[in-house]
Amino acid sequence: MAKRIDVNALNVYYSKFLAVEDISINIEPKSVTAFIGPSGCGKSTFLRTLNRMHEVIPGGRVEGEVLLDGDDLYGPGVDPVTVRSQIGMVFQRPNPFPTMSIKDNVLAGVKLNGKKISRSDADSLVEKSLRGANLWNEVKDRLDKPGSGLSGGQQQRLCIARTIAVKPDVILMDEPCSALDPISTLAIEDLINELKSDYTVVIVTHNMQQAARVSDKTAFFNIAGTGKPGKLIEYNDTAAIFSNPEQKATEDYVSGRFG
Amino acid sequence: MTTNALKSKSSTSGQAGDKIFSGTALAAGVLILVTLFAVAIFLLIQALPTFVADPADISGGEGFFAYIWPIVIGTVIAAAIALLIATPVGIGVALFISHFAPRKVAGPLGYVIDLLAAIPSVIYGAWGYMVLAPALVPIFEWLAANLGFIPIFAGPASQTGKTMFTAGIVLAVMVLPIITSLSREIFLQTPKLHEEAALALGATRWEMIAMAVIPFARPGIISAVMLGLGRALGETMAVALVLSTGNLIPSLIKSGNQTIAAEIALNFPEAFGLRLAELIAAGLVLFMITLIVNMIARGIIARHKEFSGAN
Repeated sequence: MAKRIDVNALNVYYSKFLAVEDISINIEPKSVTAFIGPSGCGKSTFLRTLNRMHEVIPGGRVEGEVLLDGDDLYGPGVDPVTVRSQIGMVFQRPNPFPTMSIKDNVLAGVKLNGKKISRSDADSLVEKSLRGANLWNEVKDRLDKPGSGLSGGQQQRLCIARTIAVKPDVILMDEPCSALDPISTLAIEDLINELKSDYTVVIVTHNMQQAARVSDKTAFFNIAGTGKPGKLIEYNDTAAIFSNPEQKATEDYVSGRFG
Repeated sequence: MTTNALKSKSSTSGQAGDKIFSGTALAAGVLILVTLFAVAIFLLIQALPTFVADPADISGGEGFFAYIWPIVIGTVIAAAIALLIATPVGIGVALFISHFAPRKVAGPLGYVIDLLAAIPSVIYGAWGYMVLAPALVPIFEWLAANLGFIPIFAGPASQTGKTMFTAGIVLAVMVLPIITSLSREIFLQTPKLHEEAALALGATRWEMIAMAVIPFARPGIISAVMLGLGRALGETMAVALVLSTGNLIPSLIKSGNQTIAAEIALNFPEAFGLRLAELIAAGLVLFMITLIVNMIARGIIARHKEFSGAN
């Protein structure tokens, strides 16, 4: 549970295009780390390399290493399927499987790779995961109804329940609140605060207040211009990034002078 | 007197253009309805003598129903064989093109599959008659020798290979492009979000397909199969060339059986009087079967539209 991530000199390419250049960062276990930066600066791309989801996009590849408690995700013989079952991901738009019930959505990842689970274990895991995602009380009477019938915020918490049901070491969140209203956003932010007692959480956000509210450490990414690779400009405690940044670009961004 | 500022300032020729266009579009729409209606009326009127004639005068001497039901069954058997073969193959090929093949292979392969649909059916018939049928004879003999206790493989096997089984295989090749290209289109429409959701949970490619692609595509696959069924039911030339016809028999590897479309095509040139009315009545039955199949397919497609994949 809750492993640390160390990234050394990582370059990310889409075919020949260098999207993100030379990132080195150490992410502490049981903490929330936020990635902020203007659109197109490569923060989502970098996040996806942490569970090899960038490989879904044709031509996506990396140079460098990403260590999960010392084990290289890109080492020889490492299966991306195994990586993704240990490093879960929550997406920008809620994406429960539309043809599955709420219960089946929670169990979707657990039943993969031919694993069997007894009915009573399944029921208790569903309850535990939904409680973990602060959704249990809202859906306990309609576990057999389709997940697509929930509100956007509930769907997103269902996706988080689905992710934690697999018992990952790390949870990656790619702008999890950008499609949600303020109340649902608050619910997710409260949840992120609770999740960090068990998991390592990495969140990409466009919302600087959100980064300031939920994260322990913040990384600021920037891009020199269109077609240039994104770079990590500054990485520090969240308080320091927002009150006393070392770099001029960080200060300009967090004070709202651009982006 | 003031003039109304809202009064049209556009030239009258523009308005005339609008009228001509909407008139043409309306006429085209009406023409299709009139054609369909005319076909139905033609079939009904021409077939009428069959239904009022003395049953003893109908081919076979026992009335129209006794004449038509064996060839209705034959039609359904041929279409069923075709679908049993073409559905799994078509879905497999479509999945390969949409989710497994590298992009360089997928494009040309999809194009080649679409080209299969462009080959005239008489060519398929000739191929089935000259190449496929003789090649299948040893297989039929093996089936008759080893599985002959099952009625559909009862021997002795046809020595020309011109059997229902052969006709079904030819039909399968003909409906394959329909099932493949429609399924492929649906598979490609699977929301990226759902595919990524499955992959991010640690699904393998195959599990991702079972979890996200197939459930999303199920209604589309059904309608693709239904449209394939429509073609298999109505196909004439290939069956007429490949099948050595006869009475309805359970064995698929002996000469025998007949389909409606081939029955009409083979007998039409020499038919007159009541025989002609009989064949047209058979056509009416086929028209109704394909109409029903197409309506079911349309119904499923319409239901699919309401269920937009993006939640």
